[in-house]
Amino acid sequence: MAQAAHKDRTLIAAIGDEDTVTGLLLAGIGDIDSHQRPNFLVVDSKTTQATIEEEFTSFTQRKDIAIILINQHIADEMRGILDEYSAAFPTVLEIPSKDHPYDPSKDSVLKRVQLLLGD
Amino acid sequence: MNLTTTKTRLKGAETGHSLLKRKSEALTTRFRAIVRKIEDAKLKMGKVMQNASFSLAEVAYITGDISYQVRESAKHATFRVSAKQENVSGVLLPAFERDTRTGGGSQFELTGLGRGGQQIQKARAVYMTAVEMLVELASLQTAFVILDEVIKLTNRRVNAIEYVIIPRIENTISYINSELDEQDREEFYRLKKIQGKKKERAAVAQRETDAKATARREMPVRDILAEQVDEDIIF
Repeated sequence: MAQAAHKDRTLIAAIGDEDTVTGLLLAGIGDIDSHQRPNFLVVDSKTTQATIEEEFTSFTQRKDIAIILINQHIADEMRGILDEYSAAFPTVLEIPSKDHPYDPSKDSVLKRVQLLLGD
Repeated sequence: MNLTTTKTRLKGAETGHSLLKRKSEALTTRFRAIVRKIEDAKLKMGKVMQNASFSLAEVAYITGDISYQVRESAKHATFRVSAKQENVSGVLLPAFERDTRTGGGSQFELTGLGRGGQQIQKARAVYMTAVEMLVELASLQTAFVILDEVIKLTNRRVNAIEYVIIPRIENTISYINSELDEQDREEFYRLKKIQGKKKERAAVAQRETDAKATARREMPVRDILAEQVDEDIIF
């Protein structure tokens, strides 16, 4: 049962700024499915938070996505949703972007890690 | 009868408890290893991504902005992952790995044909290794989330057995024992009582026979000759 649940999950989705997404697409993760839905979202200064959240939720509900990569500074804006999100699939991974260096103390998973180790 | 069954149940619960405890310990060991790995990988990822961004900056410097070109040409993912499973004491941990079936692909071979093609290919290679690392990290993280859940579940079960089920069974056993003791005492008392009654009855009977005997002894002997007064017979 569990096997079937993640056997079809082969895609990596990305939410990030232009450079990050371009780089990830260069690596070949980009995909547009039969409904013309891309598996990536480019966030710039004009993208509203509602759009990002909506896209994130739709990524988490898709059955073919295994990993969601999201820029940390974007993740920060929807920290509430991310902290609440606890499902194993798809895995949400926060990645640093060019303009925003990686801050381990903000990562919701690392926070849990530190909570567990920090005794 | 019931006592035996309950005792068997207690034994079963204890075995289950020790087994679950061992499972939880094994999982925790694994969990700690994963946690440490995640921490390392997350910090390493920062550097790798920085590196990748730099190579992309090189591309931008030489070729100009390629992001639209790249975004428009994205049709089908050439970089896919597949999940394989690993079994840790009965828990299936998925591990993503790069799907090799789809191969490297030649999606962006023509990008930057005019100039900077080399840089683009280099950036592509750098990003590929970066994504591979991210995939690895993602599988660690998935394992982390699943293990976290399973450990909590197992610990809950261990505690439930230790603090609820075993005491309950022990209570039942002590209740049955006390009840059996009570029954024993009752039975003993009953036997004593019966014995007493029997003795009493025997004593009464004895007394009666004794009395009869004495009465018989004391009863005046009938003088048959005196009782019958015959008329004189005259011949």
